[in-house]
Amino acid sequence: MSAKTLFEKIWEQHEVVPESTDTPAVLYIDLHLVHEVTSPQAFSLLRASGLKVRRLDRTLATMDHSTPTDPEEIAGRIPIRVESAARQIKELEQNCRDFGVELLGLKSDQRGIVHVIGPELGATQPGKTIVCGDSHTATHGAFGALAFGIGTTEVGHVLATQCLLQRRPKTLAINVSGKLRDGVSAKDLILAIIGKIGVSGGTGHVIEYRGSAIEALSMEERMTVCNMSIEAGARAGMVAPDETTFAYLKGRPRAPQGDAWNKAVAAWRQLRSDPGARFDREVDIDGSAIEPMITYGTHPGMVVPITGTVPRKDGDAVFKKALDYMGLQPGERMMGKPIQVVFIGSCTNARLSDLETAAKILRGRKIAQGVRALVVPGSQQIKREAEARGLDKVFKDAGAEWRESGCSMCLGMNGDLVAAGQYTVSTSNRNFEGRQGAGSRTLLASPATAAACAIHGKITDPREFA
Amino acid sequence: MEPIRAIESATVVLPYTDIDTDQIIPARFLTTTTKEGLGQNLFANWRFDSDGKLKQDFVLNQSNVRGSQILVAGRNFGCGSSREHAPWALLDFGFRAVISTEIADIFRNNSLKNGLLPVIVDEQTHAWLLANAGAKIRIDLETNTLSLPTGVAVKFPIEAFARFCLLQGVDEMGYLLKQNDAIVKYEQAHQ
Repeated sequence: MSAKTLFEKIWEQHEVVPESTDTPAVLYIDLHLVHEVTSPQAFSLLRASGLKVRRLDRTLATMDHSTPTDPEEIAGRIPIRVESAARQIKELEQNCRDFGVELLGLKSDQRGIVHVIGPELGATQPGKTIVCGDSHTATHGAFGALAFGIGTTEVGHVLATQCLLQRRPKTLAINVSGKLRDGVSAKDLILAIIGKIGVSGGTGHVIEYRGSAIEALSMEERMTVCNMSIEAGARAGMVAPDETTFAYLKGRPRAPQGDAWNKAVAAWRQLRSDPGARFDREVDIDGSAIEPMITYGTHPGMVVPITGTVPRKDGDAVFKKALDYMGLQPGERMMGKPIQVVFIGSCTNARLSDLETAAKILRGRKIAQGVRALVVPGSQQIKREAEARGLDKVFKDAGAEWRESGCSMCLGMNGDLVAAGQYTVSTSNRNFEGRQGAGSRTLLASPATAAACAIHGKITDPREFA
Repeated sequence: MEPIRAIESATVVLPYTDIDTDQIIPARFLTTTTKEGLGQNLFANWRFDSDGKLKQDFVLNQSNVRGSQILVAGRNFGCGSSREHAPWALLDFGFRAVISTEIADIFRNNSLKNGLLPVIVDEQTHAWLLANAGAKIRIDLETNTLSLPTGVAVKFPIEAFARFCLLQGVDEMGYLLKQNDAIVKYEQAHQ
């Protein structure tokens, strides 16, 4: 038998019908995560066609994108401010009732960002195919799952048939050697990777992140890396499961228990790319050369080490347009640039370890006058755990806002917005024009960098607080 | 869906690379629960100023592009989120095809499922299209050919099954539902 990649093993285990020249593969989906923004039109289609949800036991819904993060709105003491968001939330509740789909709704203590709660509940497991109408579904690949974002038409396909029509993507190995230096995080690593391969460098491919620097990462760090695979254009990103993966999953409510656990782990141990397995492409990165990174432009590939300067690209009109939008000059130093907002949150960096990292820097310090800092935990469970450790108090004492979980200011659908012209150091995943509010200027960075910037009110190397 | 055979139209050119779905349709318009009307807010942050007035210098606001069905954009069009609202907005505005040298995966899939034709061309053809905004071109899905007014015709790639569905005007759901026996068999073998 020929040597196979991790991706190939999972793909082949899920082929209901293999692809042919004329037709794509029919691929079975083990877990379908549903949220309020990309599902309403799919449920409407099912209703209009008289179709049911085929596998309720493989379908899990939550709400995160348009949900409020103000505790008063969540508790119902004041109405949800964004009316259209409130309607969308109600529609998901109605759809889940009508079709019998399990919903971790607004008042559920298991609610959170869909890519945070899947792993947290142990629903995300090695070897599974996982989809969601959301491009950051790649996050779940950290567990050695094949997880990717789909559109709403495909959400309808999976609801009705538990299957998708898919052409087999190519494979890309990203080998990260060495060891990340002190003060350098998983976020810095993935930003450096995107900076190297570009925002379409992974198009048509599934990435497997490999090498000593990847193996040394915690599950939360691996999730940060896989999360941003789509920012390199890739369909999915994955890391082979290992002892770190099994230790994270053991005992989680939806993970296999008892004898089933031992059987599952034995099967999961086979989920590695075989020695000699061939990838369509390979990229080598020296992990020990990476520094804390920050973006300066309007996509995640426009990124430099925090000690660096804005690059020069004379005669490039698109590059100039991006810098004009950002209000930055070629050759300008990033360090010391004043900022007005700090956002610590999103499916990229709102897990407990992210909050701990930020709190360690903010403990006993104050955020700079005139800076607004918003800390939004990735899930209600993370919120409770953070509060049990007193992190909420650290943030509030420093002058930051401590919120309910959700996507929040990553894309501002719920009204958590950045004003036009303001610079925001954000731990989220996209610095596109207007992403955090029309005219907002996003600088993507790690939780440590975001916290350091909050204290000085300007772009700051987090290693100052090491 | 209406079957697509050929699209013949003048082009509109957005010469920027990496146009992401947040530009095509900003997130604040995604709280809708239907597909209709999204064209009003297509490229909203580029078409309107902060007071909601049309920016006259933006290409899509100019009177001579009205009725154009083909958008030519820079490399890596449609990157970013999986929102199908992006092709819905382009279609609702009146576009039926998007041309670039690279089109992001999820956007391309979503477009094919809604009858918005994603057309990938080589650098040379692309350069000609960028330099000749408003040129009347023809995209023929039956022959997979894009024809320029210069007489140059180039083939474009398109996934076979998606092409079949577009030519017939059928969606993929019907085909998937017909796979039920195979799906049942798979489920029995994998429980």
